[in-house]
Amino acid sequence: MSDASAAADGDAPDADESDNGSFTLWDQDAVKLTTLVIGLFALYLLGGYLLGYGTRQQLASIGQLSVLIGVFAMLALALNLHWGYTGLFNIGIIGFMAIGIYATAVLSKGAATAEPAAGSTGGFGLPLWMGIIGGVIAAAIFGGLVALPALRLRADYFAIVTVGISEIVRFTLLETEIQKVQIAGYWTGLGGGSGLILDFDPTDRFLEAFGLMDAYIGFSDTLGEQLGVGSNPKPIFDTLLYGLILFVFLIGFYMLLQRTGNSPYGRVLKAIREDEEATKSLGKDTNRFKIKGFMLGCALMGLAGILFYAEQGAITPDAFRPRLTFYVWIALIIGGAGSNTGSVAGGAVFAAFLFRGPIFFKNIVQNTFDSLDAPSTFGQAVSPITGADPIPLVAYTIDNMGQLQLVLMGIVLIYLMHNRPEGMFGHRKEPASPIRLQDRTQPKPAASAAATDGGRDQGGTDDE
Amino acid sequence: MGVSGTYDRGRELFVEDPIRAVIIVVAVVLVLDGVRQLAVGATQFSELGVMLKDGLMRGLFFGLAGIGLSMTYSILNFANFSHGDLITGGAFGGMIATYVIAGGFGSEGDIGSLMLLGSGATAIALALVIDRLVYKPIRDRSGITLLITSIGVAFTLRYLILFVFDGSRRGVTQSGAIPTVDIPAIDGTVSLNLHELSLVVVAVGLMAGLHFLLQRTKLGKAMRAMSDNEDLARITGIPTERIVTYTWIIGAGLAGVAGYMFVIWNGTLHWFQGWILLLPIFAAVILGGIGSIYGAILGGLVIGLTMSISIMWLPSGLTRAAAFFIMIVVLLVRPQGIFAGRATA
Repeated sequence: MSDASAAADGDAPDADESDNGSFTLWDQDAVKLTTLVIGLFALYLLGGYLLGYGTRQQLASIGQLSVLIGVFAMLALALNLHWGYTGLFNIGIIGFMAIGIYATAVLSKGAATAEPAAGSTGGFGLPLWMGIIGGVIAAAIFGGLVALPALRLRADYFAIVTVGISEIVRFTLLETEIQKVQIAGYWTGLGGGSGLILDFDPTDRFLEAFGLMDAYIGFSDTLGEQLGVGSNPKPIFDTLLYGLILFVFLIGFYMLLQRTGNSPYGRVLKAIREDEEATKSLGKDTNRFKIKGFMLGCALMGLAGILFYAEQGAITPDAFRPRLTFYVWIALIIGGAGSNTGSVAGGAVFAAFLFRGPIFFKNIVQNTFDSLDAPSTFGQAVSPITGADPIPLVAYTIDNMGQLQLVLMGIVLIYLMHNRPEGMFGHRKEPASPIRLQDRTQPKPAASAAATDGGRDQGGTDDE
Repeated sequence: MGVSGTYDRGRELFVEDPIRAVIIVVAVVLVLDGVRQLAVGATQFSELGVMLKDGLMRGLFFGLAGIGLSMTYSILNFANFSHGDLITGGAFGGMIATYVIAGGFGSEGDIGSLMLLGSGATAIALALVIDRLVYKPIRDRSGITLLITSIGVAFTLRYLILFVFDGSRRGVTQSGAIPTVDIPAIDGTVSLNLHELSLVVVAVGLMAGLHFLLQRTKLGKAMRAMSDNEDLARITGIPTERIVTYTWIIGAGLAGVAGYMFVIWNGTLHWFQGWILLLPIFAAVILGGIGSIYGAILGGLVIGLTMSISIMWLPSGLTRAAAFFIMIVVLLVRPQGIFAGRATA
């Protein structure tokens, strides 16, 4: 992991930075992504306007949407490192997220030295930032433990092993024997089936860490009054601020992975994806590269998991079913595996249209037709069809949008695999070299190639 | 030979294959501890008998359901993640058939066999429609593309079932009224009821029938040829598309029947039953060696027995984890499975 980030910080110049002049503004990936996200926000504001939302609801809706976009885009980016770059078919994402947030919870929950009441546990009382670092490290180490043996396997076996491991993680979290244990005088544990209460609010901790709490409360009060948000504006602004924090993390993820992808290290990963045997024959220790790549991706999944669940106030093992893993896969496939820009776009589109969209649509329809009484079972909904009365079935459909949403996701996945397996941004031509080959006039390439791996111990990594 | 020869072989094993050696040691320790538990009385013989019986039932189910998965894996070359939801679909189809038949002809009629047909037919119909719409257009793509597509199919199918049949866990058998015999064990009895017996009869019967089909009929020969080498099979004039259709019919039919027998044995039916069972079935198929019918049956028995016997050492919540763990260990030690290299034989 450290090697990987070292390589990421290396001298490989960013393809986009090298020559801005010969590109129009639209060719910049950042511009595309910003436009996409702003467009999605606008769409939701329009939907809210149709629903007759007040300012408060509009802000809340935008806040929730940005949190979801941030989380899914981050997860898709991390998965892209596994699947898009290295060709590792990981369908155990949720397991690594669970490890991350549970480690954070155990480390950062308030310390309990006396035995807590039934159904609750304490933690080690460390500051949240230490808990987060601990969670990320735990996810990375767990990823390494999984990868060490599993990387020898074929892609489809690897898939089955990873989903099996994510289920083993969930069963372990459910286990009552480690629900509450005493370690070094502290009462802690994983909470079993009832889960853990997270007694830290990441937004508050963030503000407190920078000493901005008072200023923030004053600010949100005045701004809330001006916008007419109503009483107690803090939760609304909290969500917005948290969305903003997630976007900052997302930019960090993107830059890290973009750098990693363009680094000599990332090129070896891509080579492994294309043909592992050939890469081996060039003298690369492909297993070491794969393990490092896998661990880095797992660490990022752990971090995304921490950021996703920390804000929710409580976690239960039930939240860590394999379903979420497949959400991330759908996001990545929409965006296009192999492209970081595509991963972010896919995460945003997934969050806006497939994850939140159907529920939003349901709200709009139910708001518009107040009198829509949905029958409670499918049978009652279908039987009037014989009398040419489709309304009950439509009402039932709208009412059960949460289930149909997943049917829709499945169909989208099938459609994409049939018609556009490369997604929105996949299989774009990537220059094999980190510098633009058209710029032959500059006397740089040789020097740059030498500098790229000069002084860095990358296990024999070098340029083409 | 003698002691020194054995010693040398033992040392060789430890040096050359430490993982396998560790597994052997762990297995020996567990067996010895099991014997100790029986001797001390921590586990009674009758309890062990019940565990073995449960494991056998589960194993037969995994084997029966795994055959279809194994066949599609070897003949169509992809891991079908929607197989579990075919099982659920079959079970619900069987339930509907029961409902309709019992409503039409009264519950006294011999509806058991008809329900079996209903569940098998539902699963077959589902599989054929899905194959036609989803898999056929992308038949020539890579196994991974098909795998991802099958995840999409699984989602669609599972949540359509939820949409239609809601999320309740329904009891489908009349408990208490099932004829039961008590088989004496050393310090107690092991009871065997009619549902369990019918699971054994149906599973063993279908497995034997499939054995006959694969070994003695032209269709079976063609299937084995196709799983060996599809291009070669096509060149020799085997109608590959028709064989694919038969593969789905057999695999899905067995899955549907297995789902129905599981529901009868288990007594409850709910919408994500098949998905939960899919991973142990995968474990069974991989354990036995993909493409091998006997491997799937044997792997199913091993996984089933592991899940019920591991309770002697593990807390009850972790028995499923133990089955997955066995699968992972097998993948690491012998990724080709027990019946390796004998495709569909």
